[in-house]
Amino acid sequence: MSVEQATRYEAVIGLEVHVELSTRTKMFCGCAIDFGGEPNVRTCPVCLGQPGSLPVANRAAVESAIRLGLALGCAVAPWTEFHRKNYFYPDMPKNYQISQYDVPICAGGVLEVTVDGGKRTQVGITRVHMEEDTGKSTHVGTSGRIHGADHSLIDYNRAGIPLLEVVSEPDIRSADEARAYLTELRAIVRALGVSDAKLEEGSMRCDANVSLRPVGHTVFGTRVEVKNMNSLRSLGRAIEYEVARQTDLLTAGEQVVQETRHWDEGAGATSTLRAKEEVFDYRYFPEPDLVPLEPDAGWIEQLRAGLPELPAVTRQRLTEQQGVPAEQVATLVEADLVPTLEAAVAGGAGPVEAANWLTNELVGWATGHGVAPADAPLDGAQLAALAALVRDGTLSTKLGRQVLEDVLAGAGSPAEVVRERGLTQISDTDELAALVDAAIAQNADAADQVRGGNRKAVGALVGAVMKASKGQANPKLVNELLMQRLT
Amino acid sequence: MNELVGTTATDLLALLETRAVSAEEVTRAHLDRVTATDGDVRALLRRLDEPALDHARDIDRRRGAGETLGALAGVPVVLKDNLTTRGVETTCASRILEHYRPPYDATVVTRLRAADAVVIGKANMDEFAMGSSTENSAFARTANPWDLGRVPGGSSGGSAAAVAACQAPVALGSDTGGSVRQPGAFCGVVGVKPTYGLVSRYGLLAFASSLDQIGPLARTVEDAARVLQAIAGNDPADATSLPGPAPDLLSALQDGVRDLRVGVVTEYQSEGGDDRVGARVRDALARLEKLGAQVAEVSVPHVAYGVAAYYLIAPSEASSNLSRYDGVRYGLRVPGATTEEMMAATREAGFGAEVKRRIMIGTYALSAGYYDAYYAQAQRVRTLIIRDLEAAYEQCDVLVGPTTPSTAFRFGENLDDPLSMYLQDVYTNAANLAGVPAVSVPIGLDDRGLPAGLQIMAPMGGEATMLRVARALEADLALDSVPRGPNAVEAP
Repeated sequence: MSVEQATRYEAVIGLEVHVELSTRTKMFCGCAIDFGGEPNVRTCPVCLGQPGSLPVANRAAVESAIRLGLALGCAVAPWTEFHRKNYFYPDMPKNYQISQYDVPICAGGVLEVTVDGGKRTQVGITRVHMEEDTGKSTHVGTSGRIHGADHSLIDYNRAGIPLLEVVSEPDIRSADEARAYLTELRAIVRALGVSDAKLEEGSMRCDANVSLRPVGHTVFGTRVEVKNMNSLRSLGRAIEYEVARQTDLLTAGEQVVQETRHWDEGAGATSTLRAKEEVFDYRYFPEPDLVPLEPDAGWIEQLRAGLPELPAVTRQRLTEQQGVPAEQVATLVEADLVPTLEAAVAGGAGPVEAANWLTNELVGWATGHGVAPADAPLDGAQLAALAALVRDGTLSTKLGRQVLEDVLAGAGSPAEVVRERGLTQISDTDELAALVDAAIAQNADAADQVRGGNRKAVGALVGAVMKASKGQANPKLVNELLMQRLT
Repeated sequence: MNELVGTTATDLLALLETRAVSAEEVTRAHLDRVTATDGDVRALLRRLDEPALDHARDIDRRRGAGETLGALAGVPVVLKDNLTTRGVETTCASRILEHYRPPYDATVVTRLRAADAVVIGKANMDEFAMGSSTENSAFARTANPWDLGRVPGGSSGGSAAAVAACQAPVALGSDTGGSVRQPGAFCGVVGVKPTYGLVSRYGLLAFASSLDQIGPLARTVEDAARVLQAIAGNDPADATSLPGPAPDLLSALQDGVRDLRVGVVTEYQSEGGDDRVGARVRDALARLEKLGAQVAEVSVPHVAYGVAAYYLIAPSEASSNLSRYDGVRYGLRVPGATTEEMMAATREAGFGAEVKRRIMIGTYALSAGYYDAYYAQAQRVRTLIIRDLEAAYEQCDVLVGPTTPSTAFRFGENLDDPLSMYLQDVYTNAANLAGVPAVSVPIGLDDRGLPAGLQIMAPMGGEATMLRVARALEADLALDSVPRGPNAVEAP
């Protein structure tokens, strides 16, 4: 085959993303969904697969699946059913997973992504389907894997949590595009509120199918599935590694083996997890304990009408209509701060002003304190109040930053902080005049220079007044008073 | 022996209502009957004497206090051992679940308790309800009360034998391909397979989910109707449960069969079957005609393929349903060097031959290269049978035929020949494949003194009409339901 003679290869990448839904209860029973806690407390006969127990589909999870499908431009199946995927694993209480097979609830959508430099790409969405999560096992012993463990502990709290699997078309061509796709999908999922989509905590998980082909060819090369990327960074690194590995193989005239590979973040490399020969026969068949779903057209339209503004539209509105720079918008979307911005604007703040506070101040504070920016204790109304205090001259920008710090530290609303700390800017001319006179007396050299026509030298005098007033003097008035006296 | 034993549930309810007897006396009388007969019959895997007597005394106390009691207050009942009972061993007659105590009650058990029925024991069965003779139990071999050298049928053989031996007036079984009706016919009692979805399956240890249905066994049609009435009705815990409340099965029970159209299934005419059964069926048909029914032959062509379709669909679902029995969470565990070896060793030791055979068949039928040829093809046949029956019910109100090809066979007679055992279902499995209700009602004894049954099938939700036909026939035949004969269990 001509593959061996090729000198340049193109990566063909498709992503399979699992999203854990944040519904109130599990996919097929009434057990609560929560993170952490004592093992096996959020379980019942159904999610433990106890003999005789039966699943009942969670309407809220079906609703989440339809909403995500609609947001991705998919068609909702008028008739769909669940299948059983059979394989033995101790994590899985029934030894089959209830999933969807030939008729997913949603199919045929598209997601537009923009990579650095502004290049836009359309990535097809093959399908969105529903399934249930498995339990979680801890293998106690030297290896940390099930084989050779002294014993294994299984926590079924996670078993039965609803998952959506979003499968893309193999339309992705680079690690950058893959990252951009996952970022955008995550933003959509979060805008819809169907999941908290945390890669690090496993509520969003991503597998990548990577193959190579000579540039210009249309036939797909041999595909490798890469698992265990739990950050955007590791997704990018894993794909880059895999593309390089496959390029080396093909350039050397060797074959790529179809297999599943494991990304090792520490080693920065992928390694064989299982070969094609070990592929399971899942013996899919329609789940006889559940009835098929026939989503009502009226219900679908109601869900469509209730969709929130999607991130792409939000970005466009903020940049084109409200004048917020694109880089700041990207930061706000990524940090999930758009709702705070919107609330601040609703409270009277200017969009650019609010965006500056959030991207310049809040993100930095959050990073320094190790919390997600969206989890910082600042709501839109507080931000609007703070911006107003600065805008009307009550606070200098510098004092405003101090007030923000105090608000974030839990000292109360901006108005309360200002009142309790006596931080109000001094704009009283009599009060300022005394400070100005003292500064002139104590900085005779600088005063003489100003009198001699060196206007820049006034800065030292202003600085002295600000210092003496502990930053509370209104710098504009101080400047005016100094110039009155010295010219 | 106490005369309370052998009395119908309906008559017991009247006696209890007037306080002629107490629930405790009724319960004790039946427990004594178990003591007297179960050494021979071995219908029960577990007696529940103390909880049953406690429950009975509580019913008596509440009756004394003037409280309103449930529809079956004080009626002793036996449960097939594939129905979960909270904290009480539920084994499916399998080593793999020996000592397993479920953490919850099946919906039918909750409903029986709400009706104040008194559960006195758990009945033997074929392991995981697979078999037609109750010879596949890992723990005991139940005998037919009419001839202790013969099988009681299966898989609800323990439930049917308990009722026939007068250990309880009523029992619950489960019917996947005929497992209530065939033992009902063999033991000379009434057995009902309700419309799929009428009775919740929540808490029924699944054999084949799309076919399984819980049904009552009783000595009279009215008793069976009372029990069915108590356990039927929508259950939100079962997604396949029919919406709405249970239908009224009792008020029209005595209305007779005048002008009802009775279709005799051409394909079920005793060709291939035993003429000892055929003679009884012909007599029953003559009686129905005499009672005013219009009897005519109706063809249901694809039922001939029912056994083949059934023995692909049921094992396919079973292979998946039984995969949870792996030694990880409950029941038997046989150690192994790896998880896979532990699971394999547990399943090897825990499952009997018939269960393993069906898991193998089902695994094969669902596997990637064979799905279309076997499972999918069987589902297409199932659709044809459903359409056949729908067409047949345009011509008649109920369909009738023999319940079984023969009367009860001897122990071991079919044990080494799975295919001949599978043919026990030949007349019964169509009702499961189509989801329609069916009842087996006793129609007398063959020339060896063994009971035969007539199967009456109705369209979806047609229980009331079906039971009316059964009741009319029962009244006309006026059979004595107590087993007799040289090898029968001792009479009460």
